[in-house]
Amino acid sequence: MSRFVFRYFSEVFRPRYEVGQFIRQCYVIGYLSLPLIGITGFIMGLVLTMQLRPSLMSYGVEAQLPVMVSLAIVREIGPVITALIFAGKISSGIGAELGSMKVTEQIDAMEVSGTNPFKYLVVTRVLATTLMLPVLTILSDAISMYGSYLGVNIKGHTSLQLYFIQVFQTLHFGDILPATIKTVFFGFAIGMIGCYKGYNSSKGTEGVGRSANAAVVVSSLLIFIIDLITVQVTDLLGLN
Amino acid sequence: MGQSQTAADKVITIEKLTKSFGTHQVLSGFDLELSRGESIVVLGRSGSGKSVLIKCLIGLHMPDSGSVNVLGNNMLALDQAELDKVRARVGFLFQGNALYDSMTVRENLEFPMRRHMSGVTPADADKRVRETLAHVGLEDTIDMMPAELSGGMQKRIALARTLILHPEIILYDEPTTGLDPITAREISSLMNHTKQTYNTSSIIISHDMKCVEQTADNVAVLVDGRCHALAPYQELARSSDNKVRQFFD
Repeated sequence: MSRFVFRYFSEVFRPRYEVGQFIRQCYVIGYLSLPLIGITGFIMGLVLTMQLRPSLMSYGVEAQLPVMVSLAIVREIGPVITALIFAGKISSGIGAELGSMKVTEQIDAMEVSGTNPFKYLVVTRVLATTLMLPVLTILSDAISMYGSYLGVNIKGHTSLQLYFIQVFQTLHFGDILPATIKTVFFGFAIGMIGCYKGYNSSKGTEGVGRSANAAVVVSSLLIFIIDLITVQVTDLLGLN
Repeated sequence: MGQSQTAADKVITIEKLTKSFGTHQVLSGFDLELSRGESIVVLGRSGSGKSVLIKCLIGLHMPDSGSVNVLGNNMLALDQAELDKVRARVGFLFQGNALYDSMTVRENLEFPMRRHMSGVTPADADKRVRETLAHVGLEDTIDMMPAELSGGMQKRIALARTLILHPEIILYDEPTTGLDPITAREISSLMNHTKQTYNTSSIIISHDMKCVEQTADNVAVLVDGRCHALAPYQELARSSDNKVRQFFD
């Protein structure tokens, strides 16, 4: 695995740059994931608001609902849930696709046609996941907050303007930046694990299934480990 | 062949090639020479190292020792850029076709062109793709996906992709395996037609004796990791050597 990661960094800055394939992967990995990420984000915001309301009411701080929900979403729940959904969709997809290409000799065919398959298949996908997950997380956070706004209005009345004024009065740069930076690492891990499992797939179709499965399991676990580390680091830096 | 060949006529020279996977020795001192315009079929039992041999020729496997010279290039001493230049002159037809299943037939054929022919215009690329598809008799499939084609059609498209750069040498890895006898005969005929049209030399891996008879100028028998015998088909068919006879009986 470490050799695979080292190879990625040695190839990523060296020409030839597969720009067309990178843009295609951004479309497939980013744009086509948007509906799923959007729906989960919306439900997450709505449900979280509905669940928090009774607890906050019992303490008499119901007015703080937008603040509580937005902090929870932006700092932790949004990045982690989005990354987990993304890992389930993308990491398994990459693992299965590359695994299938490996066992059907398509990767060898690419190599004999003078293409560097690592650069064409792995570098473009890992770059795309690294770039697209932060973008998707920001969008998911925004949609979650809209879901939360609707949740607030189920049993009360707050205008959209007032809701977002409350939210942005509370959110600080230190809430948003570390959370966004950790999604870069989540995206990198998801892409790298999916590619590694697929690229090193063996034993025919059974191996492809195993690669796809392992890609999801390992990348999901890594998301939590990276999350733990980033919380410690941001704590040390005084950003929490 | 019959006539004497000079060193310049040799497009592939393999000397004392060895390759093992773990403790399993696959090739143990394999020697072979392929002349320009010649077709050699490498005949051997399943698992005898035939596919490993041609993958060593194109740099997909790195031999343990020995030398491989392709079109005047020592394949074991080339850097990646030099290796890619040689690969553009050598076509490889994979046993399972290895068509890119996320691309159309046109995109499959254009893929190697985009890598090696940077100045080609879209119109020229289209013309070349259509000409090559016409050669394999499948012009109508240009916008189809590989999954929509039959096994025989996929084999023809794979051959078209191999031919798109007009290679001097074609390496065929079991080109008729998995095909019905009629389609297999058509593919063998297409291989002969390709040889004449594109003036290619070829190494063909096969244990389909009909294909061997139809396509081989010479047959190399791979036994115990070595080239046990090398002769024209008819000569080997008359051989009394048991290791050769097992393929003909």
